[in-house]
Amino acid sequence: MENMQTQTASKSGVLVSTDWVAEHLSDPKVRMVEVDVDTKAYSEGHLPGALGWDWGKQLCDTLRRDIIPKSQFEKLMAESGIGNDTTVVLYGDNNNWFAAWAFWQLKIYGHADVRLMDGGRKKWLAESRDLTQEAPRPKPAAYRAKEPDFSIRSFLPQVQEASSKRTADLVDVRSPQEFTGEILAPPGLPETCQRGGHVPGAKSIPWARACNEDGTFKSPEDLKALYGAAGITGTKPVIAYCRIGERSSHTWFALKYLLGFKDVRNYDGSWTEWGNLVAAPVEKP
Amino acid sequence: MKAEQYKEVKDQIAGWPVKIISYKAGSTYYVSIHNQEPGAWICKKEGTTLEAAETEARAQAAEMLGRTRRIPA
Repeated sequence: MENMQTQTASKSGVLVSTDWVAEHLSDPKVRMVEVDVDTKAYSEGHLPGALGWDWGKQLCDTLRRDIIPKSQFEKLMAESGIGNDTTVVLYGDNNNWFAAWAFWQLKIYGHADVRLMDGGRKKWLAESRDLTQEAPRPKPAAYRAKEPDFSIRSFLPQVQEASSKRTADLVDVRSPQEFTGEILAPPGLPETCQRGGHVPGAKSIPWARACNEDGTFKSPEDLKALYGAAGITGTKPVIAYCRIGERSSHTWFALKYLLGFKDVRNYDGSWTEWGNLVAAPVEKP
Repeated sequence: MKAEQYKEVKDQIAGWPVKIISYKAGSTYYVSIHNQEPGAWICKKEGTTLEAAETEARAQAAEMLGRTRRIPA
């Protein structure tokens, strides 16, 4: 399996192993950034030299419920010592949920070389690799973002069209219980929607099915079989969604970069948008 | 510093399947509790012993998981 992962990583170029990261911790052309669900995890110990981004404070426009605007993105990258030619390696907890979400945002703003550390923080910890509590102080860099590329992002009207006209395959990556409407939020988390169920026409393929037990992504062959069994083959555009768009970023990454599907979008409005709409159709099996 | 004693254990709290993840970094033990489906982080506690951290984490997780409603079909 390890060989398969290495092949996957080298083939796509955007998925790097913990070994690769360990070898590049001091590489001045590479900047590691940790992005966690649990925003306190970074301070417990992180990869030597890695920065920590707080997704809720640094990567979100909480007033508009949006990704950060271009000017704020440029400022974050510059202050992080990231230039346009820097290789950014993202990793985080929960099998890279928010690291994948940050990856997606970096791609929206056109950063050329972004990678994910396969297995994320979990694998690094499990392998007893070096940690530090010291936060680096990078020398600010110059950074110019591109205009946002929304070809990888879906907004509500596109999802409505995909659902009503079947113009795209919808992939619901939440748990089966969220998909059926048995629960309104993952167990233990606050309910953030008014109704349970799923977008009509969506296929249920929980995000974790794409992972091995150690948190790494499954091989392209296994991923192809997983999504193909539900009719998701890449012949049509694909829109992935979850509750707030982070789990679906993980699936978006797998479909776009590990399977090479051309038109894959993340619907970050996800169920917290659809599940609160007035008069929107909801399917409950 | 390295993470030591990394461990993942499956269990049930308040009737929900959970995964309990623990490790030690420096002199501190960290215990986080996640639901098994979809794998979301629920809470985390730290302590000078694994038992202390896990007891606190279990208590908080039980409270949070106990609030989760099952909607009748």
